[in-house]
Amino acid sequence: MAEPFIKLTDLRKSFGPKHVLNGINLSVEKGRSLVVIGGSGTGKSVMLKCILGILQPDRGAIEVGGQNAVDLKGTARDEYLHRFGMLFQGGALFDSLSVWENVAFGLIQGRGMARAKARELAMEKLGLVGLTADVGALYPAELSGGMQKRVGLARAIAADPEIIFFDEPTTGLDPIMADVINNLIVDSVHRLGATTISITHDMASARKIGDDIAMIYKGEIIWQGAAKMVDRSGSAYVDQFIHGKADGPIKMDVRKG
Amino acid sequence: MRFASLNILQVIGQVVLGLLAEIGRLALFAKDALVIGLTPRFYGGQILQQLFIIGYTSLPVVALTAFFTGGALALQIYTGSSATTAATLVPSIVAIGITRELGPVLAGLMVSGRVGASIAAELGTMKVTEQTDALITLSTNPFKYLVGPRLIAAVLSLPVLVFIGDIIGVMGGYVIGTRALGFNGAAFLKTTADTLHSDDVTSGLIKAAVFGFIIALMGCYNGFNSKGGAQGVGRATTNAVVASAILILAANFALTSLLFGKH
Repeated sequence: MAEPFIKLTDLRKSFGPKHVLNGINLSVEKGRSLVVIGGSGTGKSVMLKCILGILQPDRGAIEVGGQNAVDLKGTARDEYLHRFGMLFQGGALFDSLSVWENVAFGLIQGRGMARAKARELAMEKLGLVGLTADVGALYPAELSGGMQKRVGLARAIAADPEIIFFDEPTTGLDPIMADVINNLIVDSVHRLGATTISITHDMASARKIGDDIAMIYKGEIIWQGAAKMVDRSGSAYVDQFIHGKADGPIKMDVRKG
Repeated sequence: MRFASLNILQVIGQVVLGLLAEIGRLALFAKDALVIGLTPRFYGGQILQQLFIIGYTSLPVVALTAFFTGGALALQIYTGSSATTAATLVPSIVAIGITRELGPVLAGLMVSGRVGASIAAELGTMKVTEQTDALITLSTNPFKYLVGPRLIAAVLSLPVLVFIGDIIGVMGGYVIGTRALGFNGAAFLKTTADTLHSDDVTSGLIKAAVFGFIIALMGCYNGFNSKGGAQGVGRATTNAVVASAILILAANFALTSLLFGKH
């Protein structure tokens, strides 16, 4: 097995008495696409936010490209974040900025690129996700959910990052638009040669965009393997999740009246 | 009986601990706002935009409040004073009352309702829709991009607003004094000029800068700490306005004691 590019070791994070990450061990090889599946509230988003430094883990190690990524400050943190792009679940587009300004934001504010040059690059990225130049002048509130996801994807790939995170990229989209987004993700990732971690509930999306799949349950990785092996994982938890069955070892926290 | 008293103590303890924890969180936020938000790099475009929103667009509200307060103050002093002293008391008290106290406090309260609420709602929405997280992933520190410009703009805008409000407030007293109460205009203005000292105005402007800091800080703090969707944003907005108003009144007392207390 190749050396892991992203490596999480015994990652733990609690919010008050609630233990969200209970010792995550996970590794992703360079250029591979890992999809993390798991139910709501199992710690998927918290894990991504710990890797990005948005949240500080209570314990454990995060290594990216062999370098420690916990508690970075100042320039080291800026340089670390320059390596990432992220597509947020709801798009997280800035309401007060036009579409092209959203896409170019990281280039202008984060990297100090001139506006004209950044605009040109933003338009190019919008084209790559299937949006025409006139969309660049619109504001996020004027876009449909699918278009917002495309803009979010254009923003995530704007600076040609070496690592991209996708947080529930198809949630809230109709199946056709979800497949369009999946195709765009696959195309973009292949074009950039990026290493990616995606989190999703959507098994169709997981199978399409993932080289590998890992399942998180109660803040721990309970299975990780090649995407094509997910149907033969040998884990009752994985089987129950991928087939969407109410009965099985995973008990949903639903109060009965 | 013993259990009941223990429960009361437990509740009091929880409230006190909760209050101390909140003060601690606010102090840490204020430290980050000052250390990160008010040190380079500065986002000039954001600062200009906030100067426009906080300063320029608040001008009508502050001007109207000052005008009517000056007018009402003139009427109140007139009815409370004798015919011989009214001509001196009305312009003097209007000028000192507006510049030292009512100008900065009322402008602070009006701006906290208008701008503090808007800052908390905007940043709260950004927080719950992950826009603040998106800023971080785009190598932009939210304290520098969002908090710093609002603090700078509020601290610079409030003194200017209060200075304009002072002039309009005195003018309100003048209009009522000369039109409704029959005072001589030139005498009114001369008494105002004789009574008013530069300290009266500058003390009000110092207060205004402090109030501006409080408004922006409480708006940003409550916005950044909002949770739970629309309801959370609504709660953050209310908390920002209530906390700003209380802190403005408390700071006004503290500053008045400091600037005009017995030495």
